[in-house]
Amino acid sequence: MKRLGSLAGAWITLLGLGLPATAQLPPDDGQWLRPAKDYASTRFSGLDQVHERNASQLKLAFSFSTGVVRGHEAAPIVAGGTMYIVGPYPNTLFALDLTKPGAPLKWTFDPKPDPSAKGVACCDLVNRGAAYADGRVFFNTLDNQTLAVDAATGKELWRAKLGEIKLGESMTMAPLVVKDKVLVGNSGGEFGVRGWLTALDAATGRIVWRAFSTGPDKDALIGPNFKPFYAQDRGADLGVSSWPPDAWKIGGGNAWGWISYDPALDLIYYGTGNPGPWNPEQRPGDNKWTSGVFARKPDTGEAIWYYQYSPHDLHDYDGVNEHVLIDANLAGQPRKLLVHPDRNGHVYLIDRTTGQVLSANAFVPVTTSSGVDLQTGRLRYNPDKEPRAGETIRNICPASPGGKDWQPSAWSPRTGLLYIPHQNLCQDAETSQVSYIAGTPFVGADIKMNPGPGGSRGLFTAWDPLTGKKAWSIAEHFPVWSGALATAGDVVFYGTMDGWFKAVSAKTGTLLWQYKTASGIIGQPIAYRGPDGNEYIAVLSGIGGWAGAVVAGNLDTRDGTAAGGFANAMKDLKAATTLGGMLYVFALPPAGVR
Amino acid sequence: MRAAALLSVLAVATALAACEREARRFETTVPSPGASAPESPRVGALQPATPQQGGVKLSTVSQGPYEGNAFAVNQGKRLFRWYNCNGCHAMGGGSIGPALMDDQWKYGSSSSAIFASIMQGRPEGMPSFGGHITDDQAWQIVAYVRSMSGQLRKDVEPSRGDTLSGGEPEVARKPEKPRPADPPPQPPVGSR
Repeated sequence: MKRLGSLAGAWITLLGLGLPATAQLPPDDGQWLRPAKDYASTRFSGLDQVHERNASQLKLAFSFSTGVVRGHEAAPIVAGGTMYIVGPYPNTLFALDLTKPGAPLKWTFDPKPDPSAKGVACCDLVNRGAAYADGRVFFNTLDNQTLAVDAATGKELWRAKLGEIKLGESMTMAPLVVKDKVLVGNSGGEFGVRGWLTALDAATGRIVWRAFSTGPDKDALIGPNFKPFYAQDRGADLGVSSWPPDAWKIGGGNAWGWISYDPALDLIYYGTGNPGPWNPEQRPGDNKWTSGVFARKPDTGEAIWYYQYSPHDLHDYDGVNEHVLIDANLAGQPRKLLVHPDRNGHVYLIDRTTGQVLSANAFVPVTTSSGVDLQTGRLRYNPDKEPRAGETIRNICPASPGGKDWQPSAWSPRTGLLYIPHQNLCQDAETSQVSYIAGTPFVGADIKMNPGPGGSRGLFTAWDPLTGKKAWSIAEHFPVWSGALATAGDVVFYGTMDGWFKAVSAKTGTLLWQYKTASGIIGQPIAYRGPDGNEYIAVLSGIGGWAGAVVAGNLDTRDGTAAGGFANAMKDLKAATTLGGMLYVFALPPAGVR
Repeated sequence: MRAAALLSVLAVATALAACEREARRFETTVPSPGASAPESPRVGALQPATPQQGGVKLSTVSQGPYEGNAFAVNQGKRLFRWYNCNGCHAMGGGSIGPALMDDQWKYGSSSSAIFASIMQGRPEGMPSFGGHITDDQAWQIVAYVRSMSGQLRKDVEPSRGDTLSGGEPEVARKPEKPRPADPPPQPPVGSR
């Protein structure tokens, strides 16, 4: 890391936008077409009407109830004068007319998913958002359908059934549209579901390609152009040979997180989920290609490189967290980089052309490993924390949801900081043998989570990925399970599980403004320019997700192992928040009125 | 004299209960509904493993056979893990599925109601296990599920587990008063 230390002041700009290296930011079109805002997954808005000095004046402009009271993880989508919101199951899609006072409902689309899908949703009934492209809105339903809806009329254009709830499969992620393709992946890492990423023709919904995360090279779309950086990822059919016989067929690796795209390199980047079952003794081997990152060509799906964050994952450390694409000078050389805060507790800085890990520094207390060997690329596991069936292993840090789970961070090219919403949890765990019974959970671990060192279960951390160091951090009572938003006004937004929506200074973390919403916030805040020319900040409030399952599912926290062990760390959440499902949109006066 | 008679009656009753508590059976005491008994439809769209055609046969009695049998209750606790029930309901606190240790019963708390939930499945995700596990195993699981909210005698409920403890063991939990209260017993289905 030292060799990078002197470069802390290096200026940075976004790639993904195909711009020359310049400190000048591109003008923001004011829209928010996909949950991550841009292909580089920065969640950075170029709008600066709201800034550090006036953010305290933010007022509520309008609100809207989704009518569903489960975890709302989605980002609102804004295209033209319309806002699109997809709710948790039953995944109703709403269009709000932003050109009219109060943003009345324009249309509603009900995809009518199968209610039995609720039985295979590991972590509440969440959906992480829709995506807009070329007059169409795309989204997934919990029962494994991808739909395209006409953005103007709300009429269904096509739907594609891509998976089977009877095998424990579900879909919760937000699609990404790249060129003429809609990219989607499945969930089900707790049901022994074999993971995949699929490209659909945006016009018809026809499957163009499907890349599995386990199994033979032909299924993983690994061919002659596959050039992983590290030796352990080279060889024929490693997706078979790194597993016990046939275990790859039920081995997880689900692509339920985020996808980024670099148009210049023409590569997509996405992480793969945990291997199944959680009990690692039932699957000796590296379990490729789970808990890692793939770079693929979007047209064909063919793999270009892969890197495994957590080989033979021991603690449910999915690799699906966002990959933020940035360009920066390292040692005087302009580099195309990828920043990834992983569940295993490290922020990775990776050369996105080759897959070489340049640094991996811990952003939370970590007992399960002692960093990454930059020669071999391998995570150095701590054998003391390795699960052994029938034995309780204590003080596993980070806990299974990781140093950070799905909740996406934001990157500001103005400050050069990554704003990471995350948790600070450790756990005790005991693994046991589990039978694979299709359609039932395939886990084999009993877990009880606890607050990590320091006692605050949540943190909102500003991280300098080039120096690999924390700039500042805000301690929160509960895990910070919302996404983050950074703006050109140097204001950063996030929400808390007890319902506060907060604006803080991007430079110092100083609290500038906060608003108490009706329920806990686990949604992704966005910024857009309304038809009236004003900047608006929007977020969904509605407690749930894995961290909020004790409220969303009304679980009994006397059993600390409830909600996959999260209940033990969230015994006071029911007293802090109640069910909800509401959109809140804020602006400066006179657009913001209340 | 009366007191002595009462005492001896009590002693015999206790001895009988103790015998039942320890009894091992090779066959369930609940008569099998038989081939001619009517079938009820599966309610859940999901089934474990390979789906089977046809409906399921429900209980012919309202009271399960193992409510007083500690061995069977503990067998039920073991099967609850073997069949991955714990993957959704944890150790009673719930996860994907609802908590089973509290006082809330969406589909009824009686043994026949729980038997029906297991065998038929339920519309919002509970798989239909009818035909996939034996009636006897289902009754053992039913008895264990009732122990989770303290519905059984204290000398029958499990006092420890073999795994990481989720909280107080079943026997230490206070008996919950089920809500809503179960409807009065219906005439057994297919009774003879």
